[in-house]
Amino acid sequence: MNNTQSTEVLFEFSKPGRRCHRVPACDVPSPQPLSELIPANFLAKSSPALPEVGEIDLIRHFTNLSTRNMSIDTNFYPLGSCTMKYNPKRHERLASLPGFAALHPLQDDSTLQGILEILYEMQQFLAEISGLPAVSLQPAAGAQGELTALYVAAAYFRDKGETHRRKVLVPDSAHGTNPASAALAGFDTVTIKSGLDGLVDLHDLKTKLSDDTAVFMITNPNTLGLFETQIKTITDWLHAKGALVYLDGANMNAILGITRPGDFGADMQHYNVHKTFTGPHGGGGPGSGPIAVRDFLAPYLPAPIVVKEGDQYRLNYDMPKSIGRVRSFFGNVGILFRGYCYIRTLGAEGLKRVAQHAVLNANYLRTRVAQIFDIPHPGPCMHEFVASARSLLRERKISAKDICKRLLDYSFHAPTVYFPLVVPEALMMEPTETESKETLDAFANTLARIQDEDPEIVRTAPHTHIVSRPDEVKAAKDQKLRWKPPTATSSLSHER
Amino acid sequence: MPYILNTPDDEKAMLAAIGVSSIEDLFAKVPPEVRLNRLLNIPGPMAEMELQAHVLRLLAKNQSAANTICFLGGGAYDHFIPSVVDVIAGRSEYYTAYTPYQAEASQGTLQAIFEYQSLMCVLTGMDVANASLYDGGSATAEAMLMALGITKRSEVVVAESVHPEYRQVLATYAANLNCQLRTVPTPEGFLNPNDIRACLSEATACIIVQSPNFFGHLEDMEAVAAAAHSVGGLFVASFDPISLGILQRPGDYRADIAVAEGQGLGVPLQFGGPYLGILTCRDDPRFLRKIPGRLVGETVDRHGQRCWVLTLQPREQHIARANATSNICTNQGLLALRAAVYLTALGPQGLKETAELCTRKAHYAAEQLTRIPGVSLRFRTPFFKEFTLRVPGDPINLLAKLRSAGFLAGLPLGRWYPHLADCISIAVTEQRTQAEIDGLAAALRDCL
Repeated sequence: MNNTQSTEVLFEFSKPGRRCHRVPACDVPSPQPLSELIPANFLAKSSPALPEVGEIDLIRHFTNLSTRNMSIDTNFYPLGSCTMKYNPKRHERLASLPGFAALHPLQDDSTLQGILEILYEMQQFLAEISGLPAVSLQPAAGAQGELTALYVAAAYFRDKGETHRRKVLVPDSAHGTNPASAALAGFDTVTIKSGLDGLVDLHDLKTKLSDDTAVFMITNPNTLGLFETQIKTITDWLHAKGALVYLDGANMNAILGITRPGDFGADMQHYNVHKTFTGPHGGGGPGSGPIAVRDFLAPYLPAPIVVKEGDQYRLNYDMPKSIGRVRSFFGNVGILFRGYCYIRTLGAEGLKRVAQHAVLNANYLRTRVAQIFDIPHPGPCMHEFVASARSLLRERKISAKDICKRLLDYSFHAPTVYFPLVVPEALMMEPTETESKETLDAFANTLARIQDEDPEIVRTAPHTHIVSRPDEVKAAKDQKLRWKPPTATSSLSHER
Repeated sequence: MPYILNTPDDEKAMLAAIGVSSIEDLFAKVPPEVRLNRLLNIPGPMAEMELQAHVLRLLAKNQSAANTICFLGGGAYDHFIPSVVDVIAGRSEYYTAYTPYQAEASQGTLQAIFEYQSLMCVLTGMDVANASLYDGGSATAEAMLMALGITKRSEVVVAESVHPEYRQVLATYAANLNCQLRTVPTPEGFLNPNDIRACLSEATACIIVQSPNFFGHLEDMEAVAAAAHSVGGLFVASFDPISLGILQRPGDYRADIAVAEGQGLGVPLQFGGPYLGILTCRDDPRFLRKIPGRLVGETVDRHGQRCWVLTLQPREQHIARANATSNICTNQGLLALRAAVYLTALGPQGLKETAELCTRKAHYAAEQLTRIPGVSLRFRTPFFKEFTLRVPGDPINLLAKLRSAGFLAGLPLGRWYPHLADCISIAVTEQRTQAEIDGLAAALRDCL
């Protein structure tokens, strides 16, 4: 069922005089015109031309639009690298309680003892899971966690007088945020090749590792879903050169309670709480990207950190070597709070079982998919794997993108596509531990079916969705980034 | 085991299909010397009932805007959130989806973000809005990066009256780039137009000014714009979205980039985040090349039907990598949705009335409080919903006494501004009633 009622752009069904929310009358004595309170030159000549709609229109609009989304709650969502696991509803209820939702970020610590205890414990949990003792919960998302850690590294090297360390090494299979964060932190990035086995090419690393190396950013398990078996050698090499090792923690779901970044030689890592600890992804965010670092890097973390003194909790701002702030207020606490609830629900054994079943599900799906597509790298995999549709493209002119679009017709969200860059026609699949064998079988059966379908049907998919194959070139060329009334269209400056 | 569906029989069948005899075999590539040979030191597990009781016990230790009377501001405000906002943002089709890279499977999110971008343009009078950034602080830093990139200049000037935490974020970002950050003192509680020219030069990439500023008072944004433009620099304005129900818009006073903390637009206080970083700018190809983060654009599909996609992605990290305009990937999509629903629910009239209520109540509060002997307005300039009071004695002690009387009465400013150690700032939203304001005045009188 596709309900199109009230699904025009908001402004198109706006009607002057309609409204939804009403505010009460002013209950303080304030008879004077507004311009006696604020001089007229500060006041706008008119109100912003927001849409004017009634409550039922608003609700139908956004409700009907919501049905045009695929989501974890409606579809299997095997989006590699994103850990699209089930988002427990208990977290939503608890996060909406006024004892949390109505906490102002600048309240006095004495009024925050409950939330500070939760955040203090969260710092402890993340330290324990990573094997890295000092934690900052401030970064708002994984990319900001990376950036924060690189700032910490830069401050550490400045403090040591080693400002010649200008280089950050990044594997070619890394997320794009890694080199982008390194550049923003003022470093030069150097790409390290992957070998045929999908792992860091040790020879290339050795060649490029030098006295001006500051940090090696490694993802482990890497984006191919493979554990870097030589991780200890790699981290030993970096440390022998006086450099630091950063772990991109996007793939922590595979190793919870199995191995710890601190134990395999990482000096810093970020978490994606919205992935590993199931803060909902929100249609693109919010995330939360706390970092954990070794003791000798702790002085450089962003302030504040929650500390415990006796049975009291306090925000500690007294960190003279701190890099400062990367955002305002404490962090994306709503997501951290959900992550805390998740960790408490599962406990130590539960967290380990998450990793075990994420890896079991990935390997089972891998086994099924291997009967359909090439999987360039040997198994077993960790929590995800990357298949290649190149032979299907060669033989039947069906691309990875086509497969993704056709999957939508069968009510499956697509895998991550064309990433990592080291695999042609890449299809990156991460089933997560919260899916059943039946779902994985149905998905694999569908892939097998698509492979044999009339290529024309696949190339023009999806056929059952409200739209099919948007013209992305036109979008980039036209640059219609906001709604404008039809009459004004011809005078749009960007359409010159 | 919650959330895991594999039964022992499933597990057996899956392992057989894979061709291994145990789950442990699947971890064979994790070298023994890096394995954790014990359980993590983490308590639990907890059933839902236990978890809820545990969390309720902890939350009961907090005081909040829900069980006290909150006059705290400083960039986060206790504005009312209409129920429609929670209902829509609570639809799991929105909150359990991810980045809308598969446009056909994400038209709901894409259209909502397009509408958010459109609403931000209407609200601010600017031409372009991105799909959201993390918060007001990092949005200000991203605006600074944009200005540095657009002007290819190296100096950034910021008024001391800008939120101190935003300025700390600017300092952190600037410390690792080739740029100089200069802070202009604002002893009168705002950036005096006569002082602006002296701070600017041909090297100035941008000047960053917030209005209403951290003290709640208004800045002469037209004068700042003129000064910035006269040296060929850009003007980055930080605004309060609620204030735009009545105050001049950044587009009116010729801002080049306008940023804000969007928390007031239907986002719960929730101890500081997730909030919403708003970034808008002029329609100029140089700006569009440097704008950070995601953008949703309108296009047509293969049937010619209007639809929406993520666009101009070559700016972004997943394509440009080290040359990206920003490293941002995950943004604040769900909060952008909340803001879109909030502004739609209020409409032009509701936003105007809300802003006007804040103004009238704040001015009433200032009037009542300054009748108390020894209490006075610290600055003489116009303010919107927040103002700065000089109080007798130690503000920290005073605020502690007021907490005991049931009020989160204000922010002590000495923490950020040593010269204002005898001052507090007080924010009054549309939610505060006359009884609550009179109550605060009575309590303050009692505490002095």
